[in-house]
Amino acid sequence: MTISLGHYLSVAAVLFTIGIFGIFLNRKNVIIILMSIELILLSVNINFVAFSSFMGDIVGQIFALLVLTVAAAEAAIGLAILVVYFRNRGSIAVEDINLMKG
Amino acid sequence: MIPALFFYLFASLCVASALMVIAARNPVHSVLFLIMAFVNAAGLFLLLGAEFLAMILVVVYVGAVAVLFLFVVMMLDVDFVELREGFLQYLPVGALVGVAFLAEILLVVGAWSIGPGVPRLIAAPIPENLTNTQAIGLVLYTRYLYFFQAAGLVLLVAMIGAIVLTLRHKENVKRQDIGAQVARGPATSIEIRKVKSGQGL
Repeated sequence: MTISLGHYLSVAAVLFTIGIFGIFLNRKNVIIILMSIELILLSVNINFVAFSSFMGDIVGQIFALLVLTVAAAEAAIGLAILVVYFRNRGSIAVEDINLMKG
Repeated sequence: MIPALFFYLFASLCVASALMVIAARNPVHSVLFLIMAFVNAAGLFLLLGAEFLAMILVVVYVGAVAVLFLFVVMMLDVDFVELREGFLQYLPVGALVGVAFLAEILLVVGAWSIGPGVPRLIAAPIPENLTNTQAIGLVLYTRYLYFFQAAGLVLLVAMIGAIVLTLRHKENVKRQDIGAQVARGPATSIEIRKVKSGQGL
């Protein structure tokens, strides 16, 4: 019973789908949407590290590190925008965010 | 046998807690399940031999990002019940798209095997006699130095952006005005009066 590359890719695929599904399901709650994006980026990282490990190439782990950086920056900026938006409007419902509609 | 057991343990817990992230009623519970998903993903990374990334994942996500989420969820006074309206309305379409998408991806990646010509393309082979951290450092600080610097720049911009966005000056708070203090001289701050003795002002 050996664990192959396909196993790890399948776990990442399931996580990615859960992230997409979370965005569909919680269309009104920006916080859950941000968490779903974190899940999607985590699945990307699992793919990177799995390929890195099974191919014997360290570069995959370096790129996973860069994805991690971008994910952290995105979470910080997203939550800051959320706080400012809540301060101005008193709500975080996504459907209220249509002021910039063309 | 044991690694396979641990793989299934970590993978199933990771997927289960990811499901709870999007299904939990209380966003605080969602954040806690997100932490659990990340810890289990760190376990998967350990099984793959990426110890450094596993520890970074725990430090960055559990230590920083998840706490940030917790702070924001607890700080904003939001009626989360109202936000869950339409949850069941979106469920059928979302489930349909999700299942189709998952089936497609699993068909593609489920039996992935690395082709015979691929080993020639490896950019930086993992050294045998070094620890994972040393191996990453040897490549990250030499060949990928610019990427490393760019990552630092991204974090700097994110930090400044978050501060600029959330900083606000309250109107009716007294603050120190150093310019006014320095510009103050005897002419503007001292008034000389002649006081007759025994009378006072």
